[in-house]
Amino acid sequence: MGLLIKNAIIVNADKIWNKPQDILCEDGKITKIAPSLPSADHEIIDAAGKKVLPGLIDIHTHLRQPGHEDKETIETGSRAAVKGGFTSIMCMPNTSPVIDNAMVVEFVIREAMRVGLCHVYPIGAITKGQQDGELTDMAELKGAGCLAFSDDGKSVVNSRLFRLAMEYAKMLDVLLIEHCQDPLLSAGGVMNEGIVSTRIGLKGDPAIAETVIVARDIETAHYLNARVHLAHMSLKRSCELIRFAKSQGIQVTAEACPHHFTLTDEACVGFDTSTKVNPPLRSKEDVEAIKQAIADGTIDCIVTDHAPHTKEDKEVGFDGAPFGLIGLETSLGLVMTELVHAGVIDLPKMVDKMSSAPARIVGLANKGVIKPGFDADITIIDPDCEWTVSEEGFVSKGKNSPFIGRTLKGKVEYTICSGKIVYKT
Amino acid sequence: MAWTHKHLLGLQDLSRQDIELILETAKSFKEVSSRDIKKVPALRGKTVVTLFFEASTRTRISFELAAKRLSADTLNIASNVSSTSKGETLLDTARNIEAMNVDAMVVRHSLSGSVFILAQGLKCSVVNAGDGCREHPTQALLDMFTLQEKLGRIEGLKIGIVGDILHSRVARSNIWGLTKLGARVTVCGPATLMPRGIEQMGVEVCYDLKKVLKESDAVIALRLQKERQQDKFLPSMREYSRLFGINQSRLDEANNHLIVMHPGPTNRGVELSADVADGKQSVILEQVTNGVAVRMAVLYLVLGTKI
Repeated sequence: MGLLIKNAIIVNADKIWNKPQDILCEDGKITKIAPSLPSADHEIIDAAGKKVLPGLIDIHTHLRQPGHEDKETIETGSRAAVKGGFTSIMCMPNTSPVIDNAMVVEFVIREAMRVGLCHVYPIGAITKGQQDGELTDMAELKGAGCLAFSDDGKSVVNSRLFRLAMEYAKMLDVLLIEHCQDPLLSAGGVMNEGIVSTRIGLKGDPAIAETVIVARDIETAHYLNARVHLAHMSLKRSCELIRFAKSQGIQVTAEACPHHFTLTDEACVGFDTSTKVNPPLRSKEDVEAIKQAIADGTIDCIVTDHAPHTKEDKEVGFDGAPFGLIGLETSLGLVMTELVHAGVIDLPKMVDKMSSAPARIVGLANKGVIKPGFDADITIIDPDCEWTVSEEGFVSKGKNSPFIGRTLKGKVEYTICSGKIVYKT
Repeated sequence: MAWTHKHLLGLQDLSRQDIELILETAKSFKEVSSRDIKKVPALRGKTVVTLFFEASTRTRISFELAAKRLSADTLNIASNVSSTSKGETLLDTARNIEAMNVDAMVVRHSLSGSVFILAQGLKCSVVNAGDGCREHPTQALLDMFTLQEKLGRIEGLKIGIVGDILHSRVARSNIWGLTKLGARVTVCGPATLMPRGIEQMGVEVCYDLKKVLKESDAVIALRLQKERQQDKFLPSMREYSRLFGINQSRLDEANNHLIVMHPGPTNRGVELSADVADGKQSVILEQVTNGVAVRMAVLYLVLGTKI
């Protein structure tokens, strides 16, 4: 027996189907799509009135395990992911120990399979221990299951080492994801440097800390004819640099997070530590530029940078609190509300940014499209359902969201991973 | 005009009328400190705790005397004897003190915004005695009180603030307060210690001390922390002093009724030369005297009692 989704209005990146279809999923694959399929002994979902999308893919999340299980585990993070409509997530290597050897990669994959809610792809560290000193055994890590490499949380500051990493990654055909931030320029800044930081006396992290690394990485990619993926872009100037690079045919892709196109640094004035994030919330001009860059293709995909922390970690004042906010459970609602309903992008483009493009960027060949032969990873949403974000509603261990209390329009109804219902509202 | 604030966290949150009410109230309290019996019963039975996580002599003593002259009971806690070293959070420490039925907590902490955590988490009044680089409202209030006393008004005055603007909570509180009361503020200091976008707070930026001294009715010199040189903001203290130190020969070239202020403690020979600090244009000790009156007014207003 399989899973039969009836009356599905399918949204792929190329179009919205105008007539409802039935989708049959068998053995983890989409096997048939037709206007009407026999129910047989299949499990049935009636998707009438909903929209049926390829499963969302988040290529930037922090699951904290191993090492920081008080913040999140692979199990709680997976639960948050499927609640947010994600069927595949990629977790960053800044765990303890760092994901810089095959044993940790295997642990994460094994634990994710035991949990069995969504696909979890560990991202390997670029440098051993993320110490910016020596490259990891990337080929071995690739063999263990890493599709991408990043020292996320910080840049590879040593420019020579970054160049070597890019050459090596090119040879192995794996993706390099760079967190763009020059720590010497950031110099301990805790929020965006600008009039707001000046007013409230918090240490500013200047825009150039991001843009000088964006520029360096673009130049390195150009020089080596290699590709690079730039994480969580937050600035208008970064978008302009990327736009220029793309116009030159340089192989650069980029991502943005919902908080960077929905909140400005004004959100920090109440010293709510859930607004402390890296890169920091920026100006209104930057927020508008990120939206524009998503719409015009400069930004290829949307990621969450889900970064759970405990209350104890965050309740120590703005300066001392760790960076990060949770995003898996609010991402779709924010994108629907602030981009789709607001007319910045349409639904197919949202599917591209949140499923097809991430699949393409990391090389998940059978994902990101609803089509016979592709993986049966499917997200069913009610695009018009309004709901209010609440602390109690989060299944993530982290409750550090600046969106608590906000009403969003667009909600996940079902998440289906490998043909199995892993979440229903 | 009635006072409506439970806390005093900063001058950013106050209206012009609020500030004028504090200054007016302070006037009547100044007289109390000049009496033979320096005490009024305004806050009898109230308990005021000073909770200082950063070193301070002047401000803490000033608050303590202010509370005592209003007949409140006072208790002083300094960070080295508090439990924060045992890992209690700021709010936990404050909540434990509050549990002993405290009416107001006067707090100094090195984190900007720390007073917000306390104001949100405590039932008692919170008075900010300096939070990080953000605000030091009573310092600005006593500066304004002194200006009003010396120059008769604040509206229309030209005030220069000289020094490390970037790290200065005194500068920020003064900018909020002085601009609300209609003064024109110019900030002056090395470009490396000038916070980004400061003009948008309604001030002018000028790097020429000579010009600022010439055009101002009063200057507030800020204390320069020695660590700023280690943090590479400055080439040397010598160079700083040459460009931004106020000495007598510079004052002689300026407007001769200019008054010189400083929140203390001064680095003599760095931001002020000794002859200026002790000279006839300096009102530094009067600022200290006025500090008690202003803090009496603040405690009296936030605790909401009537004489």
